[in-house]
Amino acid sequence: MLDLTYDTPKPKVIAGAKHDWELVIGMEVHAQVSSNAKLFSGASTQFGAEPNSNVAFVDAAMPGMLPVINEYCVEQAVRTGLGLNAQIHLYSAFDRKNYFYPDLPQGYQISQLYHPIVGEGEILVEMGPGLARKVRVERIHLEQDAGKSIHDMDPAMSFVDLNRTGVALMEIVSRPDIRGPEEAAAYITKLRQILRYLGTCDGNMQNGNLRADVNVSICLPGAYERYQETQDFSHLGTRCEIKNMNSMRFIQQAIDVEARRQIAIVEGGGRVDQETRLYDPDKGETRSMRSKEEAHDYRYFPCPDLLPLEIEQAWIDDIAANLPELPDAKKVRFMDDFGLTDYDASVLTADTADAAFFEEVAGQSGDGKLAANWVINELFGRLKKEDHDISENPVSPSQLADIIKLIKSGDISGKIAKDLFEIVYTEGGDPARIVEARSMKQVTDTGAIEAAVDEIIAANPAQVEKAKNNPKLAGWFVGQVMKATGGKANPKAVNEIVTQKLSA
Amino acid sequence: MSDLNKLGLAEARDALRAGDTTSVDLTEACLGSIEAADALNAFVHHTPDIAMDQARAADARMGPDAPAMCGLPIGIKDLFCTRGVPSQAGSGILKGFKPEYESTITSQLFEAGAVMLGKLNMDEFAMGSSNETSVYGNAVNPWRRGNDDTALTPGGSSGGSASAVSADLCLAATGTDTGGSIRQPAAFTGITGIKPTYGRCSRWGVVAFASSLDQAGPMTKSVRDAAIMLEAMCGHDPKDSTSADLPVPNFEALLKGDVRGKKIGIPKEYRLDGMPEEIEALWAEGRQMLEEAGAEMVDISLPHTKYALPAYYVVAPAEASSNLARYDGARYGHRAKLDQGDGITEMYEKTRAEGFGDEVKRRVMIGTYVLSAGFYDAYYNRARKVRTLIKKDFEDVFAQGIDAILTPATPSAAFGLGEASDDPVQMYLNDIFTVTVNMAGLPGIAVPAGLDKQGLPLGLQLIGRPWEEGDLLNIAYGLESAVGFVAKPTKWW
Repeated sequence: MLDLTYDTPKPKVIAGAKHDWELVIGMEVHAQVSSNAKLFSGASTQFGAEPNSNVAFVDAAMPGMLPVINEYCVEQAVRTGLGLNAQIHLYSAFDRKNYFYPDLPQGYQISQLYHPIVGEGEILVEMGPGLARKVRVERIHLEQDAGKSIHDMDPAMSFVDLNRTGVALMEIVSRPDIRGPEEAAAYITKLRQILRYLGTCDGNMQNGNLRADVNVSICLPGAYERYQETQDFSHLGTRCEIKNMNSMRFIQQAIDVEARRQIAIVEGGGRVDQETRLYDPDKGETRSMRSKEEAHDYRYFPCPDLLPLEIEQAWIDDIAANLPELPDAKKVRFMDDFGLTDYDASVLTADTADAAFFEEVAGQSGDGKLAANWVINELFGRLKKEDHDISENPVSPSQLADIIKLIKSGDISGKIAKDLFEIVYTEGGDPARIVEARSMKQVTDTGAIEAAVDEIIAANPAQVEKAKNNPKLAGWFVGQVMKATGGKANPKAVNEIVTQKLSA
Repeated sequence: MSDLNKLGLAEARDALRAGDTTSVDLTEACLGSIEAADALNAFVHHTPDIAMDQARAADARMGPDAPAMCGLPIGIKDLFCTRGVPSQAGSGILKGFKPEYESTITSQLFEAGAVMLGKLNMDEFAMGSSNETSVYGNAVNPWRRGNDDTALTPGGSSGGSASAVSADLCLAATGTDTGGSIRQPAAFTGITGIKPTYGRCSRWGVVAFASSLDQAGPMTKSVRDAAIMLEAMCGHDPKDSTSADLPVPNFEALLKGDVRGKKIGIPKEYRLDGMPEEIEALWAEGRQMLEEAGAEMVDISLPHTKYALPAYYVVAPAEASSNLARYDGARYGHRAKLDQGDGITEMYEKTRAEGFGDEVKRRVMIGTYVLSAGFYDAYYNRARKVRTLIKKDFEDVFAQGIDAILTPATPSAAFGLGEASDDPVQMYLNDIFTVTVNMAGLPGIAVPAGLDKQGLPLGLQLIGRPWEEGDLLNIAYGLESAVGFVAKPTKWW
């Protein structure tokens, strides 16, 4: 197996008025657990249901109602931990985080502050071929999502939709190992990719199923290295947390804007206050969410309604044994088995469905490299044109494999193959039959090609003279022959015959 | 048969099975006695229609194999959620709240054929020892001091249950006990009340006060009745994660009354300075009677006892402050009328200010304080450690072979209403002998053991090993037989 090694990317540097500054970023990603039922109730987690239709008595915090843990959500958290090469804790426990808000009916969120289910892990974040940042994951804990407050339906009233209340979230907390806006986006992308591979979160950022709180601080060059040696946070600047980001673009913008705000404060002799901020993409600024007087004291304490969560190693081993192949391994295998470049392998493993499609095509066509080219350039290009993804792909793996086989057998040229692909894409059908029915077969009959070449040579004596002195002009004759044969002549054969005739 | 409401569960069950009476007759007798007992203010929601329907259904299924509680009319503490019936936990903030669901315990009781007469008065959210924090006004103890007609407390928080059972308004009642709320009122009214091991009875559908301490239990006219009703109430409930998945013994069958060879611990720490002589004497009599019945009395030490009450008054309010956060006016119960321009904060503040009584507010504030940043370790965490030590005290003595521990149930007889309500700390001292049991999660039973000089009932408490309610009930049965307590309050209401 290939053993890929990576160089560490350079941190993003922002030039201030006085110094260069580096960025230090940590992320808390809230990933909605893929499960049918909520974390502590049997209510459905289906997105887009009528408001307040997926609400159990527990979710509405009716008097006397009690939470009961959904074992499948625990399994999903364990699976996620294993996918991030993280430590799984056999003992974890739930705590209450107390605060008042209408979309939090209990008046507390059940979370895991003191004993999270997953401990230290690691994510390899590629920043280009041969370049990657290792980002440490500090912990993953399970917690309840809140509902949704709706303030724009009535001038005087607010409405609350509890459908999301109690849905299981994994909060995936990174160490401050991310060093720039692009790395932050790449981190989320990689994390999302792994979660989707594992089937533990659908990664849908638009629906809010994956969202991030981003902690940003600045430091002078060299300070971060001192932090890394000592793990002493005092080497780093004061961080601000930008809450609830669910767009890659805004995450990057917000980090940049926030870093520049902090640089301006520090260079102006001020001090950054540790606080929670919101990014306003319209104004391109971050704003403080609440003042110190309003700072929440969450009064965490162990949730007395739930026993500590104790799981067995055998159960974890069983989940581990059934983990799917993960992106890093798949990429290396694609490079190994199909001779793909790092880049192509990365593109094809970005998504499990993409990777599965490619593997089918590569297997059936017997040519991994050609399959990679066709999947990446033609298929993905075509899908992108219509803003579709692989799930909306009208071409089956065997259709694309058949097209590749037709190219390999010399039945069609690469150019005709593109036409054929377009027909298959828009109209469907068996590629071999289409080629037959529409006479798209390449002309490999040298007699016919020779006749066409002779005809062109006879009609263009002046060009022939020039070409004899400048062999590069042979291409013009090839083009003319292809034109005359409607593109069906085998270009290789045409080339050979033209060269031979011109030099005769 | 006359005075059917005066029967206990066992007698009534036997009479029903023998065809000597019907559930309809029993129920009508109880409903009649309830109607005539407004002065006791024990029942705060009356459900005669439900009762009569259940009684007729019970009569229809009556027979030698009818379930244990079949046809037996009982009262339900207002803390239990009962479908379609007001369930307010004695609080104004749950005004008008009628749950769409039935608590596990009442479901089990109804499945076993029990008849619900109505909902019983209690201290607001089970916070109180005198029933005076109830939004309905206090229930009154049917007992009085000699010829003195001072109204006495039935105790709390299950004061309505105690008053109703003692006054024969029902055959038995459900109670709940977080720090003594079954045992103290049982002792104040001359009835029997058992708090089972934490996890024996499902908490699902019981309005939470302090989740790690709350347990429901029966309040009855005899130990046998307690055994019958407890069996119907307990059992594993997958809807309550803290409910124990253990088989439920036939408690009644374990009542042999034979305590020979049982080792009964007498904890020296329960001998308080300034404890009334009568309580001291009652305790001594209890020891003597058990000894005469063949039990072995052993002096034991539970060294952390004195820290139990302060630790309890950290843990219980802490949990309560969180448990009661849901009463915010947003979804059910009381919502304050808001002024123009009021926002969500005003809705919370006004709703909770209007809906909660002073004692609940006091405990929510204490709980919020002890959990807040900077105080958590000094209070809540330390209280948790104390709790572990208290638990260990008991484990140690049980490991020495002690079967049960005998203590007084309360530090005094029932006191006059209003006599202690000005001083919360004085009120909290009512729980001094009972909170340790909740802190350790153990079963405890209060059994009437005598009358004081003024003719008021006094109770003794027996504390058992975890999950050994059967053995505990049997020892209590032995004590009950030895004591021969038969006194009843003189009807004045």
